[in-house]
Amino acid sequence: MHTIESLSLTKKYGSLVAVNALDLQVKRGQIFGFLGPNGAGKTTTVRMLTGLTRPTSGQAVINSYDMVKEPVMAKKQIGVVSQYNNVDVDLTSVENLRLHGMLHSMEKKKREERIKELLHFAHLWKRKDELVRTFSGGMKRRLMIIRALLHSPQILFMDEPTVGLDPQTRRDIWALIRQIRESGCTIFMTTHYIEEAENLCDLVGIIDQGKLITRGVPNHLTESLGPYTLEIIEKGKSSYQFFKTAEEAYQKTNAGNHQQEFDIRSTNLEDLFIHLTGRSVLE
Amino acid sequence: MKGAKAIFYREMIIFKRRIGKIIASYSLSPLLFLIAFGWGMGKKFKVEGVDYIAFMIPGLLAMSSMNHSFDIASEINIARFYWHIFDEFMMAPISPSSIVLGEIGAGMVKGLLSSFIILLLAPLFSVSIHINFFLIICLLLNTFMFSAAGVIIAMMVKTHADQSAFNTFVIVPMSFLCGTFFSLKKLPKILYIIAHFLPLTHSSLCLRASFLNKALPLGSFVAMIGFSLLFFYGAVQAVKRSSV
Ligand SMILES: Nc1ncnc2c1ncn2[C@@H]1O[C@H](COP(=O)(O)OP(=O)(O)OP(=O)(O)O)[C@@H](O)[C@H]1O
Ligand SMILES: [Mg+2]
Repeated sequence: MHTIESLSLTKKYGSLVAVNALDLQVKRGQIFGFLGPNGAGKTTTVRMLTGLTRPTSGQAVINSYDMVKEPVMAKKQIGVVSQYNNVDVDLTSVENLRLHGMLHSMEKKKREERIKELLHFAHLWKRKDELVRTFSGGMKRRLMIIRALLHSPQILFMDEPTVGLDPQTRRDIWALIRQIRESGCTIFMTTHYIEEAENLCDLVGIIDQGKLITRGVPNHLTESLGPYTLEIIEKGKSSYQFFKTAEEAYQKTNAGNHQQEFDIRSTNLEDLFIHLTGRSVLE
Repeated sequence: MKGAKAIFYREMIIFKRRIGKIIASYSLSPLLFLIAFGWGMGKKFKVEGVDYIAFMIPGLLAMSSMNHSFDIASEINIARFYWHIFDEFMMAPISPSSIVLGEIGAGMVKGLLSSFIILLLAPLFSVSIHINFFLIICLLLNTFMFSAAGVIIAMMVKTHADQSAFNTFVIVPMSFLCGTFFSLKKLPKILYIIAHFLPLTHSSLCLRASFLNKALPLGSFVAMIGFSLLFFYGAVQAVKRSSV
């Protein structure tokens, strides 16, 4: 059984098709990475899968509950970390968590125990009674993540969980995400960081202009293109060729002219994206 | 209902944290009204056979409790557009009606607190107050009704600017047009009729009757119940529809 499934999920804003007939399945226990440039439709997809946005057509199904027809049952299965910081800055961390627990009808004793456990887990215990207003970006992010985990959801959605964080904090969050997966939680995350998708995800889907353009295991995707990339830079412009071995790529450079510069490296998802769309993810 | 309780809990934490400022600000404007219209108009001035100040206090109750209940609209707005906090409610496994009830509960607390403050201030202006069953029922209905209206508006407007435009063009005129500070009978026919389509008119009529220990105007009482149900229904629909 798939834990997350979208069936030709579509969202239109006027004439703009933000998400175009998206078909996706994510299996239990996987980290699924949804990779795409700004405006590709990642957030819109997450919002439809989590019941914040109503699809124009198609279905979002969570643990076999349809998000539109059975929203309360579907929402019970999920925890969500949004792209925007949406912790309540007028409350303390404990109050934020308590509110979340109440919204999820958690039993009081269990709720308080879990709050304690998670605050320690995210290294926020010392600041449990401080107003969130005083927290740094990374602390707010960690609080958002443990808040999403409080009611022990089977599925966790994270929309750009590390956006705007410094490299060290990003790595801390990655470690947190890996630990969460250990506990058997299915994770659906979006990112526009190639490195993040390659490092964390069991499976990635690449979305561009509302359309899913490819999906698969990161290694398999890059290998199917050719594990080695030869970047040829001529007059400031790059072009790319892909090879099975480094030798083949190297041989190719011998045939080049003097105006060309070469770079041989292992293929990454960015190369795949450029290959498929002709554009860079960061553009 | 657990969802409503959770949302009410959130609003009350913030409410308690600001209680000092809230009480101060809730007292100021009624105090100014009482000074300007109560003392300023003098003791001899009578409307519909009662001292003007005793006439206007129920109007002040209607207006002030409306304003403070309706005020949840701007707070929901900030929570929605600025802090994105409303998403947390919308993603929780609770029904739209529990979201609405939780917010209405908070709005009612604010409206009732402001009423209570006015009732405490009234004796300072030598007006004796009669708190009776119907006065309380009418205050409950008035605060329920305008909290629900606040939720509707908060969910319908797209920006904070729209919100303040609504206050300026609907709430403020209503505060003054609905017989809060004068007898409706003095109005030209056309305004008199228009006033009866506005919910606050019925609140001030009912509140005044209960405050002055007169018979409750039944039509207005039914209208208050009607507006309450209508606004509650509207608020639930507005929350449902906000997931665009
Ligand atoms: N409420 C809305 N009204 C109109 N257009 C919208 C709305 N929300 C999103 N869009 C449009 O839908 C498209 C997809 O936006 P979305 O936020 O899903 O992208 P994204 O992949 O999450 O981008 P980012 O990496 O910048 O977060 C964009 O063109 C955006 O302008
Ligand atoms: Mg986004």
